[in-house]
Amino acid sequence: MTDWLTPEDWRAVALSLRVSFWATVVSLPVGIAVAYVLARYRFWGRQLLNGLVHLPLILPPVVTGYLLLLTFGRKGAVGAFLDQAFGLVFAFRWTGAALAAAVMAFPLMVRAIRMAIEAVDPRLEAAAGTLGASRPWVFVTVTLPLILPGIVAGAILGFAKAMGEFGATITFVANIPGQTQTLPSAIYAYLQVPGGDAAAFRLVLVAIAIAMLALLLSEWVGRSVARRIAGA
Amino acid sequence: MTLDVRLRHAFAGFTLDVAFTAPAGVTALFGRSGSGKTTVINAVAGLLRPDAGRIASDGRVLFDSAGGVNVAVHRRRLGYVFQDARLFPHLTVRQNLLYGRWFAPRGPGEPLERVLDLLGIEPLLARRPGALSGGERSRVAIGRALLSNPAMLLLDEPMAALDEARKAEILPYLERLRDETQVPILFVSHAIAEVARLATTIVVLEAGHVLRAGPAQEMLSDPAAVPALGIREAGSVLAARLVRHEADGLSRLETSAGPLWLPHVAADPGAMLRVRIAAQDVMLALTRPEGISALNILPATVTVVRLGEGPGAVVQLRAGTDFLLARVTRRSAEAMGLAVGGRVFAVIKSVAVAQSDVGGAG
Repeated sequence: MTDWLTPEDWRAVALSLRVSFWATVVSLPVGIAVAYVLARYRFWGRQLLNGLVHLPLILPPVVTGYLLLLTFGRKGAVGAFLDQAFGLVFAFRWTGAALAAAVMAFPLMVRAIRMAIEAVDPRLEAAAGTLGASRPWVFVTVTLPLILPGIVAGAILGFAKAMGEFGATITFVANIPGQTQTLPSAIYAYLQVPGGDAAAFRLVLVAIAIAMLALLLSEWVGRSVARRIAGA
Repeated sequence: MTLDVRLRHAFAGFTLDVAFTAPAGVTALFGRSGSGKTTVINAVAGLLRPDAGRIASDGRVLFDSAGGVNVAVHRRRLGYVFQDARLFPHLTVRQNLLYGRWFAPRGPGEPLERVLDLLGIEPLLARRPGALSGGERSRVAIGRALLSNPAMLLLDEPMAALDEARKAEILPYLERLRDETQVPILFVSHAIAEVARLATTIVVLEAGHVLRAGPAQEMLSDPAAVPALGIREAGSVLAARLVRHEADGLSRLETSAGPLWLPHVAADPGAMLRVRIAAQDVMLALTRPEGISALNILPATVTVVRLGEGPGAVVQLRAGTDFLLARVTRRSAEAMGLAVGGRVFAVIKSVAVAQSDVGGAG
């Protein structure tokens, strides 16, 4: 088993999992908030926010990666500030890969959650209000439980997208083995050298296995949550 | 406990402009669909912000456009029972019932056991709303609102989505609610039979305005209110006490005007009842009729004769301490020489009084 994948390959797999995990966990609360605002409020600049969220879905990933480099790179406005204020560096670090993955996965996540929120009957929320629940409590006790399947779906979708992210990641944080070399970057690197096909194919199998596992997990969680909500 | 409502709200092509006071007891907002009933109740609940006006419950101002007051929905403490129940699908019946408890101020509210008993919903506790019938859902919704310890209950046609059999199932529970709890109720209805059974005060809305308002008994037996309530639906309410069930299936009731026999009434002897008698089911005679199939003949005195614009007339009679309405033709009224103070006999067919016209009275 150990010689089936090299230690370097394992590091790439582990890094991809870590990057995707953090990208999903950190962006999920923001994604829920943005989805709620887009679904429930009509305000000036709503279309602008909507466009901004969806931009990474439409832009070439290389462009997104480059824009991240300009903004969050060591010399970028935000990057320089975060470096000085918190010692937080994104450029050419795994944190940068997580940021790139989060940005790329964000629109998919928001879409799934927003659809779930739009499916919640606002009249149920109004009913909760008449029973004495303030807005935040209505969200926690009524809206959130009802959109849980959507949140699970959004998170899994986001995780899967983060696992597969390549263009923006390689542009923003390059392809440094052990540091920023994720699973897709590793496959790409193998394909660049003569005789690397076999190693690349083994990683492809790993990628397929992880994707299938995530899919099955989401199906199972989604179904059990839906059953709990629908009750009967 | 009184609720003062004065509000104005403009919709496209429709302006609501109403003012009324709902005293303690059950106040019915009665009117056709589109008359603005639900808008009024939504404004009271805080779900709709009217253009102008003032809403106060027992002097506690909930909304005042002049004073810039608009208390948030969740702080108004008004239990709202929606037409469509709106139970939370992800919670069990028990969790639904106790939902408002989390947010209600500690204090002497209705205990859970009493509400379960009052509404007969104890066996449903572990179920989810998806597994309830329409009638059960309505009862749980009423219980949920009641348990949030509200200063007042708002009922928006809680029976509109139910068929006749389910309505008959819910009505007794609402009567018990009226008679056994201290919570005042404001309820919206377009069914006069429902209003006659439940209301102590009636506010009639038409096209966004208050047409008439007053105590239920008075309104229902006032010939002048007949056009507002609808001529075919008009009828007065008699207070009665159930004396006994007789062998042939009739029930004998005692009213202040004399005995009344009705088809079997589902209540125990001794029970106090409200019996609605439709004006068009009351026949008048100058002498006590004999050899007639109608069982109920009550002596009465004419108190009002109101001639309509068409061929009809509505006569108000005092029978004992209660009032009756009779709908007759103008021709008969003139031929009989009906005038205020005249002695007549009111003839009522037993079978004309439907089961749904008889309800409990505390």
